[in-house]
Amino acid sequence: MSPRFLPTLVRRQRASLKATLLAPPLALAVAIALNLGLYMLMGRDPVAVVHAMLLEPFLSWSSFSEVLLKTGPLLLIAQGLAIGFRAKVFNIGAEGQFILGAIFASAIPIWFPQATGGWIWPSMLLLGALGGALWASITAFWRVRLNANEILVSLMLSLVAAQLLYYLLLGPWKDPAGFNFPQSVMFQYDAIVPTLFPGTRVNVSLLIALALSLAAWVFMQKSFMGYKLQVGGLAPRAAGYAGFSEGGAIWLSLLIGGFAAGLAGAAEVAGPLGQLQRSISTGYGYAAIIVAYLGGLHPIGIIVSSLVMAAIYIGGDNAMVSANLPIAAVRVFQGSLLLAYLVAVAFVRYRLEWPHAAARSTP
Amino acid sequence: MSAVEFILAGMLAAATPFLLAALGELVVERAGVLNLGVEGLMALGAVVAFVIVYHGGGHVLGFVAAGVSSALLALVFAFITLGFRANQVATGLAIGILGQGLAALFGKSYESLTIKGIGKIAIPGLADLPVIGGLFVQDIVVWLSLLATLAVWATFAFTRTGLVIRAVGENPKAAHAVGYPVIAVRVAAVAFGGMMAGFAGAYAASVYTPMWADGMIAGRGWIAIALVVFGTWLTGRVFLGACLFGAVSLMSLAAQAAGLNLPSQLLSSLPYLVTILVLGIISADRRLLKLNGVASLGEPFER
Repeated sequence: MSPRFLPTLVRRQRASLKATLLAPPLALAVAIALNLGLYMLMGRDPVAVVHAMLLEPFLSWSSFSEVLLKTGPLLLIAQGLAIGFRAKVFNIGAEGQFILGAIFASAIPIWFPQATGGWIWPSMLLLGALGGALWASITAFWRVRLNANEILVSLMLSLVAAQLLYYLLLGPWKDPAGFNFPQSVMFQYDAIVPTLFPGTRVNVSLLIALALSLAAWVFMQKSFMGYKLQVGGLAPRAAGYAGFSEGGAIWLSLLIGGFAAGLAGAAEVAGPLGQLQRSISTGYGYAAIIVAYLGGLHPIGIIVSSLVMAAIYIGGDNAMVSANLPIAAVRVFQGSLLLAYLVAVAFVRYRLEWPHAAARSTP
Repeated sequence: MSAVEFILAGMLAAATPFLLAALGELVVERAGVLNLGVEGLMALGAVVAFVIVYHGGGHVLGFVAAGVSSALLALVFAFITLGFRANQVATGLAIGILGQGLAALFGKSYESLTIKGIGKIAIPGLADLPVIGGLFVQDIVVWLSLLATLAVWATFAFTRTGLVIRAVGENPKAAHAVGYPVIAVRVAAVAFGGMMAGFAGAYAASVYTPMWADGMIAGRGWIAIALVVFGTWLTGRVFLGACLFGAVSLMSLAAQAAGLNLPSQLLSSLPYLVTILVLGIISADRRLLKLNGVASLGEPFER
């Protein structure tokens, strides 16, 4: 039926490890080439863009430290999401869970601006993580009890979360001395996560993200519960026969995802921002979905892919300043990167079979 | 004008972006494909139509170009999910991000500019009726959308094309066995869905609110996907759902006009909250979803 000259996809005997490892760097190379083509069409100097986007983030310690700073939230959110994605629970509302985390964490310094002590920032992180998990639990309830699609519910809740944030910043939580800007008061010293390296903004939350990555690896590869989650995702029927509860897997996936995203949101307001703002997230919740896939939904892979995505953010900022590239170019890059990866990863399970030249020449 | 008259008169126009996109997604899902990129497809259509109308190309050319460009982006989705059997959820999300990014990139220098919309056509006689008269004064696109709704309904109810699309979505292996080109039907459905999302975006940015701003689609593409679930994959119910959302999005304006002292953010959240609520109510009836749902939705087809 299909035209003779087109290759067909043939399922491999076993998944190709080579293709698994090659897919992410190959996708990155293809995405870079496609986007450079787009920038040239837009009349930008490709050499300047390459320098600003791809090299500058790594050329100095100060800009690389900014990459590390952005890695933290992406790493946290993506690790949480990947656990759910493996169980085929598509929580795409990390953006909203991130915002709720930021809001919950901000409650402490906003309600107790005079409080001092070493307990403040750890409690903020914990409260933020709980806030994210709470927001995600709405989706879990809707999915498990009401059978509603978690993709749509979690996304709608993200849009609601953004409105809730605006309400707080334009109303009850607005800084009275802030010239009507939609932002809260600046937090006190003890509400800020300590930095790791002097002279940079990299803070302890990056260590927490790395520690939780390790925990995610142990959970998914070594624990029985992680195994149950993966079986549920790969073979739902088998999981059912084995007595693994589907509802339990959905609750667990969403709570973990919400907890991690909430923690990331808390670490932003208690870290580089130091206050609750309208622009607390530059799409981290959505970018983390790409990070999770690009890292092969594997805890170690995600450490690498979050670093790459953070560099794209910093590189995009650089290119906006030095090559006059609109910041929307980052979103175009992110979208095309995921698309390129999804094509590349098809070759893990399939290979292309080209029709023989002889067959082609016959009329 | 009372609030009821206001909502009745404006409901259909407000519903049109939802309706056009949802009709497209309905056909896509009936063919067994889940395209979550509607938000991005709408954004791209919106900016293309806006730019063309802004430069004097006119609304007809604007709509055609919007439909074509969104259909092309949808074909990228088809190439990756149907050609390479990639995960449809992830690919749809990527298309959504890419579409919104491209729209923001192309629309950068048109941010917050405005253009002229199009005039309304009144149905003589009916338009003069008390209270419901406003329903019969609509622009040409609204009237055409109603025709499109009828056409989609009739296609599924009476035609062979509709039957083939349903067969491909219901049981692709059997459809293939009796000789239907499963992949070709799905590619065509995805392209149709893209075109309709492009029209929906074009309507939003060049007729309903004739302006362009990054993020102006504001979740309407996602609500359109939810509408297909609300309508349990039936054209008539999808139409009713779109009207409901048209009314809900006007309610915030009506509430403000009535002097209700509610935070504007709560009113902006209303369509999202209603979506969550209705999704819960409809989905809780598992029998209903099973009865009308598409059996192979989201699954790649392998011979």
